[in-house]
Amino acid sequence: MPANAQISALRDQIARIESGGKRARGVLPFGIEAVDRKVPGGGLALGALHEVAGGGNGAVHGAAAALFAAGIAARTSGQVLWCMTRRDLFAPSLAQAGLHPDRVIFAEVGEEKAVLACMEEGLRHGGLSAVVGELTRLPMVASRRLQLCAEESGTFALAIRRWRRMTEAADFGQPTASVTRWRVTALPSAPLPVPGVSRARWLVELIRARAGDCADFELEACDDAGRLALPAELANGPADTDTRRIGAVA
Amino acid sequence: MPGMAVAKAQALVAGLDVRDADPAGDEAALERLAIWAFRRYSPIVAADPPDGLRLDMAGASHLLGGEEGFVADLAKRLADTGIAARIAIAPTYGAAHGLARFSRSPLIIVEPGDLDAQLAPLPIAALRLDAATVDSLRRLGVDTVGELAAMPRAPLTLRFGPEVGRRLDQAYGRTGEPFELVEAPELIRVRRAFAEPIGAPETLARYTGKLVVQLCEELEREGLGARRLDLLFTRVDNRIEAIRAGTAKPLRDVKRMTRLLCDKIETIAPGFGIELMTLTASIAEPLDYRSTATSLIDPATPDLSDLVDTLANRVAHGRLYRCAPTQSEVPERSVARIEPLAAPIGVSWPNDWPRPSRLLDPPAPVEAMALLPDHPPASFTWGGVRRRVKRADGPERIFGEWWVRDGELSVVRDYFQVEDEAGERFWLFRRGDGEDPNTGDHRWYLHGIFA
Repeated sequence: MPANAQISALRDQIARIESGGKRARGVLPFGIEAVDRKVPGGGLALGALHEVAGGGNGAVHGAAAALFAAGIAARTSGQVLWCMTRRDLFAPSLAQAGLHPDRVIFAEVGEEKAVLACMEEGLRHGGLSAVVGELTRLPMVASRRLQLCAEESGTFALAIRRWRRMTEAADFGQPTASVTRWRVTALPSAPLPVPGVSRARWLVELIRARAGDCADFELEACDDAGRLALPAELANGPADTDTRRIGAVA
Repeated sequence: MPGMAVAKAQALVAGLDVRDADPAGDEAALERLAIWAFRRYSPIVAADPPDGLRLDMAGASHLLGGEEGFVADLAKRLADTGIAARIAIAPTYGAAHGLARFSRSPLIIVEPGDLDAQLAPLPIAALRLDAATVDSLRRLGVDTVGELAAMPRAPLTLRFGPEVGRRLDQAYGRTGEPFELVEAPELIRVRRAFAEPIGAPETLARYTGKLVVQLCEELEREGLGARRLDLLFTRVDNRIEAIRAGTAKPLRDVKRMTRLLCDKIETIAPGFGIELMTLTASIAEPLDYRSTATSLIDPATPDLSDLVDTLANRVAHGRLYRCAPTQSEVPERSVARIEPLAAPIGVSWPNDWPRPSRLLDPPAPVEAMALLPDHPPASFTWGGVRRRVKRADGPERIFGEWWVRDGELSVVRDYFQVEDEAGERFWLFRRGDGEDPNTGDHRWYLHGIFA
C-alpha cells in the first residue's frame, strides 16, 4: 500500500534524524512472538534507556522488577554494572535468573546522584553490555543524559525505579527520556496438582513506548537463562474448560 | 618515667625487660614506619620524633572507607605488629598531637565544631611546650588548655615568651604549621614550580595533564606502571593539598591518569595560590608492552580496568565488588565480596532451591499461624498486613554452622517459600525444627521477597 510505504519511509527518516546519523543498534528480542510484536522494533532497543518498576508493593521492594531487569541483562553477552543505594539485593537470585556472578560488578553508593554518575560512567565506557541502576527519582535531565550516553556507546541502560513509600510511586508518571517503561506485578501462579509453588507469574505492562502503543502481557517469570515465557494455557490457544490440564512446571 | 632508677622500676614491675636507650635506632625505625604509612595511608606523612607520626588526611580517607575505616585499619595493623598506638584525627595538627597523647580514649575523631570542647580539658603538657614552661604555668595554677586559652595573651607573652601563644594558635588552627614530608627516595616523581601562583581549576587541570605526560615518560623508561598516584599541591601559605588515586592494574596511560586526577581537582582548595605541584607514582609495578592484536576467532574481551578505577575512586572502599559463592548454607553468609577485577570464579550458587531477589537484613519478625512440625504457615502478618498463604513450598532445612560458632551447635532454620492471594512471594523461616525447643524458639521471620 503506497500510503503505508510513505509513512514507513517517513518513520525511517525521523529515526535517522533522531539518532543523529548513527547507525541503528538493533534490538534485544524477548523471544516471545506476542510480546515482540507489540514492542516497537521487535524488542528492547540496544543503546537506549529502559525503565522498570514494580506494581503494588513491588513499587517499594522492587523484587520482581530487579529480576525482570536481571533477566534482560542476562540475555546480553557481556559484563553488567549494577548500581544501587540500598543493600538488599541478593546475588544468588540474579544467578538464578541467568546472570552469573562473574558477570556482575556491583557499585554500592551513598546517594541517588552517585548512582546516576556511576551509571553514566558505565554507559560511556562502552565495554559493558548493560548498566542497571536502582533509582527513586529520575529527573528528565538525568534521564536524557543516560539516554545520550547509552546511544553513544550502544550499552543497554536499565533503570529500576523503586520508592520508599507506595504513595511516591505516582512519580512513575513523570516524563523521562527513556525509550520504554515497564511495570511488573506479581500475579497468582498456576495451581499445581500437588502442594508446592509453580513458576512465578507476572503481569508485565508496557506503559510507555516511544513510537509505540501501550500493551500488557501475562508472562511466566525468568527461567535460569533470563527468558520469560507465555503461560502454557495461553501459548496453546484458549484454555479448554472441559478437560483438566496439567501445566508443565519449570 | 624519665629519671627513675632502674632498681626502682624493677621493684615496681615484676619481670621488667630493661634495655639501653637507642635514640638513633628509634628515629630510624620511626622513619621506616612513616614510609610504611606513606605507602599505605596518606600522601602527606611526616615522622614526629620521638614517638609520633603525623598524617594528613587530605585525599586519603576515601580509599579506606572514611575516617572511621581509616582509624580502625591503622590501629589494627599497628596492633598486629605489636605497636600499641593512640590515634587522633583533628582539624589541626596541634590538637591531634595533644589528643593522641592525652585524651581518654585511644582512638578519637574530632569534628571541627567540636574542637574547643575537646581541647579545653587537656593538660597543658599536650601543647608541646617545654618542661620548664609547663612547670611554671602549673605553679601559677594553670592546669588545662582551656584555662590557658582563656588567659589574656599579652602578660603570658611577657612572662613566657612567644612560644605559648604560638602553640595555642597552632592547636586552635589560627596559624599554620610547616610540614617536613617523609621522602621515599626510590619513587618516580615529577614536579613543577610556578613563578606566579596558580589557582583556577582549569589551570590546575592543565598542569596536571603536563605532569602526567612527564610521569608517563619516566615510567616508560623504567618499564613500570603506576598503581597509585599522589598529586600534591603546595600552597603559598605552605599548606599542602593532595589528591590520591589508586588503580586496579599498573597504568601508564596519559589520558586515563589525567582523568583519574582531574576528577578530584574540585576537592582542592587553592587558597591564595599554588606554587608547587608534585606528582608521584607512590606504588609502581612492572608493566610490559602487550600485543593488542586479537585472534580472528575470539572476540576481544573489553578491558574494564579503567572503568573500575574511575568508579573505585568515586565510591567508598569496598563498595565496588563482585559476588562469589562461599561454602555456607546460611543465606546471609553465602555471598562473599571479591575484587571487581578478580579472575572469573566459574562457579555459582547451588540452583536447587529458589532464592529471593531482596533479602531483608536483619530478618523481620512476623506473626504466623502454622501447624507444627513441618507445615507451611496458613497466614502471616507483616507490617500490620495479614496475608493468607495460598501456595507454599518447603521446608528447606538449614542447620547452624557449629564449626563456625559454638552457639549454633543445634540451631535449625526451616525455610518456606509462600505465595499469598495476590501472587506475591515471600521467603519465611521458622527458628527451630518444630519439635525440639533446643533448636530454636519457633518464631517466624520474613527473610526475603521474591516478587
